[in-house]
Amino acid sequence: MHPAPVSLDNLEVLDTLGLKKTANQLRQDVVRMTCAAGSGHPGGSLSSADIVTALYFQVMNHRPAEPKWPERDRFILSKGHCAPILYAALANSGYFPVDDLLNLRKIDCHLQGHPDMNKTIGVEISSGSLGQGLSISIGMALAMRLDNLPGHIFTLLGDGESQEGEVWEAAMAAAQYKLDHLTAIVDANGLQIDGFTKDIMNVEPLPAKYEAFGWTARSIDGHDMQQIVEALEWSKTVPGPVAIIAKTVKGKGVSFMENQAGWHGKAPTEEQREQAITELKAEVEALA
Amino acid sequence: MNAELKPRATREAYGEALLELGREHDNVVALDADLSGSTMSKFFAAEFPQRFFNVGVAEANMMSIAAGLAVSGKVSYASTFAVFATGRAFDQVRQGICQPNLPVRVCASHGGITVGEDGSSHQSVEDIGLMRMLPNMKVVVPADFNQTYAAVKESYAHAGPMYIRTGRSKLPYIYPEMPAGLGSGADVLRTGNDISIFACGIMVAKALEAAELLAQQGIDAEVVNVSVIKPIDVDTVAASLEKTGCAVTAEEHSIIGGLGDAVGEVAAEYHPVRIGRLGIRDVFGKSGTPEQLLEEFRLTAKHLASLADQVIKSSK
Repeated sequence: MHPAPVSLDNLEVLDTLGLKKTANQLRQDVVRMTCAAGSGHPGGSLSSADIVTALYFQVMNHRPAEPKWPERDRFILSKGHCAPILYAALANSGYFPVDDLLNLRKIDCHLQGHPDMNKTIGVEISSGSLGQGLSISIGMALAMRLDNLPGHIFTLLGDGESQEGEVWEAAMAAAQYKLDHLTAIVDANGLQIDGFTKDIMNVEPLPAKYEAFGWTARSIDGHDMQQIVEALEWSKTVPGPVAIIAKTVKGKGVSFMENQAGWHGKAPTEEQREQAITELKAEVEALA
Repeated sequence: MNAELKPRATREAYGEALLELGREHDNVVALDADLSGSTMSKFFAAEFPQRFFNVGVAEANMMSIAAGLAVSGKVSYASTFAVFATGRAFDQVRQGICQPNLPVRVCASHGGITVGEDGSSHQSVEDIGLMRMLPNMKVVVPADFNQTYAAVKESYAHAGPMYIRTGRSKLPYIYPEMPAGLGSGADVLRTGNDISIFACGIMVAKALEAAELLAQQGIDAEVVNVSVIKPIDVDTVAASLEKTGCAVTAEEHSIIGGLGDAVGEVAAEYHPVRIGRLGIRDVFGKSGTPEQLLEEFRLTAKHLASLADQVIKSSK
């Protein structure tokens, strides 16, 4: 049984224009920062840009001026290599200066190649070794339940990451503990370092797998802002843990990066950066 | 050693101290991976079911959940057998606990070969080395029931991660009176001038026995209980080496990576002397009774005394 997509019947029409513009800005930041660093992971950062934008600029209750506010919602980047999109969201939210982004991966910069909670303000937990974020999120959700804190935890995983066994240990545990305040979002871009996920080690059908583990699961278009926001808001109202499988395009927004495994962990040259920025600027102009 | 007190296992001290911590501090949480009856986290589980999480047979998941609890204001005590806590879940301990420097206590029972009949799959002889390698990790191997109890109680206030190794078998008391804590982590139990014996865990009692055997031969041995393998008390270890001029180490662990290497590192950097290392000599364990295994792997007072005698003769 494949779960039905999210119903949009009762949804108030959301003004997504601002969010789309923000997502475009974050994409431009990802391109600029990875180019400046000379390394990094643009592909998955671009595929998850709309999801991360929806979280930081619409759905999540958080205070950039008070990063440790106990009642905040939390974003856990389990696919830690997509640090550029997290850093872009944090900087544009006001956690630290946007100018810092161009020092990504530099020796004296707080922006590490993979997120470090003790170096970068706003990073909830260090990550980078795949498969651990959902388990850590369970620990956070249990602690918040013990403390009667209202916050919701949104954890972003990759579909390639879902090959890690610990993800399914966590899936079992989240259902066992009936965690109402946990949403897992899978950035299902269908690609991993060595090629197409379906060819290397197929993880689909992810919604059915999560359902079988006792979760409520839904599939959405991970680039449709209206659907993303709706699904994230809906997930907060559902008893027990919720998995949102967001179908995305790796490298989304930059024509020569789209659906190319080779852009998983490669930085654009300055020439490629200019082409990418030109495309992204054209996109945002078309929005207005 | 105290012969009047009935020997007790260090894992029992863990269970009792954890329960007491639970009564004292609302933010203490405990986790286990289907071994709560063996690790003794069961006492805490019975009294504080809301704060106890049995994750089933999933050690990796347990360590990451412990990290998530710890980053959210809890002090996490995660227990399972040493071989699984450190080997099976190494990356989770490394990336999720040690790198962020979180207050998680990895409380590993069934360290070493005295696990006995279960054999090599369940006998951890690498755990101290694995944990010692991790930045931020404090590594503790208490020597008896009371020292374990004190170590666990004291651990609550430690800021970062800690590895506490306990054992399955019943041990005689080194500390008949409850100590206040671990102190510097290197406790000179017996002073001597001819050789330093550095021991941890179950080998501390055997080191004191060995010192008696050596005394009968006219050898005056110093015995140091090194309960904190990392950060090791450099001052106490180096001062003892300087005084005696040679040493032996004794541990229920591989001679690679454990106490022997930790003492050897201090010697190499501060006061180079000859050091004999008694431990598991780069092999896996096997099935047998604990007593048979201790004899087979030469972890006895007699062998320790013999090694000390050889080291003295070859270095003076």
